[in-house]
Amino acid sequence: MSIPSTAEHHTTTHPALAHHFNDLAQQREAGTLGMWTFLVTEVMFFGGAFTGYAYYRWKFPEAFQAASHHLDIVLGTINTVVLICSSLTMVLAVQGAQRGDRKRLVRFLLLTILLALVFLGIKAFEYHHKWVEGHVPGRYFRWDPQHDGAVSPGGAQLFYSFYFTMTGIHAAHMIIGIGVIGVLVWMALRGRFTPESYGAVENTGLYWHFVDIVWIFLFPLLYLIGRH
Amino acid sequence: MTTIPIDEPRIEQHSNYLTNGYSVKSWLLTTDHKRIALLYLITITLFFFLGGAFAVLIRLDLMTPAGDLMRDETYNKMFTMHGIIMVFFFLIPAVPAVLGNFLIPLMIGARDLAFPRINLLSWYVFVIGGLFTLASVASGGVDTGWTFYTPYSSTYANTHVVLAALGVFITGFSSILTGLNFIVTVHTMRAPGMTWFRLPLFVWANYATSLIMILGTPVLAVTIVLVAIERIFGVGIFDPKLGGDPLLFQHLFWFYSHPAVYIMILPSMGVISELVTCFSRKRIFGYGFVAVSSLLIAVYGFLVWGHHMFVSGQSVYAGMIFSFLSFFVAIPSAIKVFNWTATLYKGSISYQTPMLYVFGFIGLFAIGGLTGLFLATLAVDVHVHDTYFIVAHFHYIMVGGVVMGYLGGIHFWWPKITGRMYPEGWAKLAALIIFVGFNLTFFPQFLLGYLGMPRRYHVYPEEFQILNVMSSAGASILGVGYLLPLVYLFWSLRWGPAAGPNPWAAAGLEWQTSSPPPTENFEKIPIVTQEAYAYSEGSGFPVSPEADYKEGGSPVVHS
Ligand SMILES: [Cu+2]
Repeated sequence: MSIPSTAEHHTTTHPALAHHFNDLAQQREAGTLGMWTFLVTEVMFFGGAFTGYAYYRWKFPEAFQAASHHLDIVLGTINTVVLICSSLTMVLAVQGAQRGDRKRLVRFLLLTILLALVFLGIKAFEYHHKWVEGHVPGRYFRWDPQHDGAVSPGGAQLFYSFYFTMTGIHAAHMIIGIGVIGVLVWMALRGRFTPESYGAVENTGLYWHFVDIVWIFLFPLLYLIGRH
Repeated sequence: MTTIPIDEPRIEQHSNYLTNGYSVKSWLLTTDHKRIALLYLITITLFFFLGGAFAVLIRLDLMTPAGDLMRDETYNKMFTMHGIIMVFFFLIPAVPAVLGNFLIPLMIGARDLAFPRINLLSWYVFVIGGLFTLASVASGGVDTGWTFYTPYSSTYANTHVVLAALGVFITGFSSILTGLNFIVTVHTMRAPGMTWFRLPLFVWANYATSLIMILGTPVLAVTIVLVAIERIFGVGIFDPKLGGDPLLFQHLFWFYSHPAVYIMILPSMGVISELVTCFSRKRIFGYGFVAVSSLLIAVYGFLVWGHHMFVSGQSVYAGMIFSFLSFFVAIPSAIKVFNWTATLYKGSISYQTPMLYVFGFIGLFAIGGLTGLFLATLAVDVHVHDTYFIVAHFHYIMVGGVVMGYLGGIHFWWPKITGRMYPEGWAKLAALIIFVGFNLTFFPQFLLGYLGMPRRYHVYPEEFQILNVMSSAGASILGVGYLLPLVYLFWSLRWGPAAGPNPWAAAGLEWQTSSPPPTENFEKIPIVTQEAYAYSEGSGFPVSPEADYKEGGSPVVHS
């Protein structure tokens, strides 16, 4: 069924070209499609958690509303802004790579890491606050109907279970992202990226924007719905 | 194209993927898809026989109505470990991770999968997940059933549920990575001229499977995370006592686990499509239908999960809708069966071992599929739910279907993988033993279930003993049938006759390179001018069976 043939294999011996690809364009296409496919799996992963959240929100509307009132909307808003800014710095880093501007690339990657750390710091503060209030689900969960709201404690605990699970998984994604960006910085400093070959930067950017978008969904679902 | 038979085929001495390094490191750090396929082959074979050992103990225990061999708790652990190991560590990876890994790049004319290092990573992830599960076995086993139903798994079970669940969670990522790799490879790595509708049906099947892997597996992963959180921190996500809902767990679990049935069966169907054409010397009937039916199964499989929950408290209307939808998922499967049958019609059929597995597959899958329609019928399901009828049904699909396809494929591509022919006589005998043993094991279980014997019980009324003993006897025959290939395939590695590049005179691209293939798969990337089923007179892939289907075959070189 086949005729021996095209032998342009390895005619373009770019150092960044892996042995099994024909050219950089094919390699880049594969990388981009791979990242998008991965993000589809991420959507399904978070989708499972969102489904659970939606179901219990429907089952315990008052409890979810009351529990959501205890979240700090100011800190949540600040964190949303911080995260959006980090997406901007990521875009600027990708642009730097595209132009072959190593300084710009490294600077904005580091800025992205910094913003991510600010986000995680604020998140940690919020978690701590919940612990002090006794709103961490499990053995130490306390819900005082007089003080916290006359709703089903079970429902309120479910709200916090999903709050911690979803923001926790989100934070884990950010920590992984920080690690990956750190590796990018190291690679950039060693001159691994050129305007023809910076797929790793671009794909990390896609990942980072995805993590950002997850938060854009989490913030209203957890903090905003039902506020008056 | 001319055909030049060569008298004395020899293993080609020039370097191939097996001779490219002999050190342990050259295997454990390989990024060659063919070597990774072999790593998977070894690993899942170990798991298969471990899961089989649990099955042996189950069948031994069921020989007597009193369940004399083990205590109740032990029996619960036996069927749980059998299920977890067979489902997650054998059936799901079997065809894609071994045959898919080995064949997809060869079939589409690529040098490797798109992400060779991720491919290696997927094997390591698989092994790590397996070690967690083995650790849970070693530390006393798990007794929740392979379905991990809550709140039993999350609150009440006193076994190492988290350890086993973590094993399944981790292994899920190996499945996701494999699926991702296949999808990107099929999209971006096809050789010039390899259009979508020239892709071998095995590739189509694996592509559809990969879609299920990347869409379904993450949902299982997050479900396991929720169960683990519930169990570790004592919160009530699925515990009704604390406001949670166990049905939510079942919905999430079956949203993955029904499509997972297709993760198992679709790649095997792909194998059957390849085998049935080669041994009928005929183009597949209805290529487009067979290809698209794989995609239909992948998509449609996501809409029917509720048929596992007819009696677990979902609303009657949900039950009716899921029942109705479940009938439709039979259509694309039936399309495949009809097309295979039509391919056989007026074909020049030869009864080599792989073809015996094709017949085994079609017959057993038809029984498994038709009894699936019984179970999709709401009223009938209420009667036979949680009985041995279910057990028999899904074993006809998974063992009768998946394992038959897997073994057929292993035999068919064995000469490509190793460069050696397996002993045909022994292989035919083993195929026959497996077929007989399988039916003797599982057909009585249909009867048992219909008569009312519940699954997961090891103490039963005396009138069920005869059928249970028949089933156990069948299982021992089946066991012999599975051990035979293990022996003669090993034997063939050293003493099997050299196969030559194309012992079956098959038309697929993977047969156009030497056996075993070189590390880069092809000397030169081929230009593809026709699909993989171009059997016709004068094409080099003749329509009559070659006289050379004798042991050892004689290779046909196409130039
Ligand atoms: Cu199902």
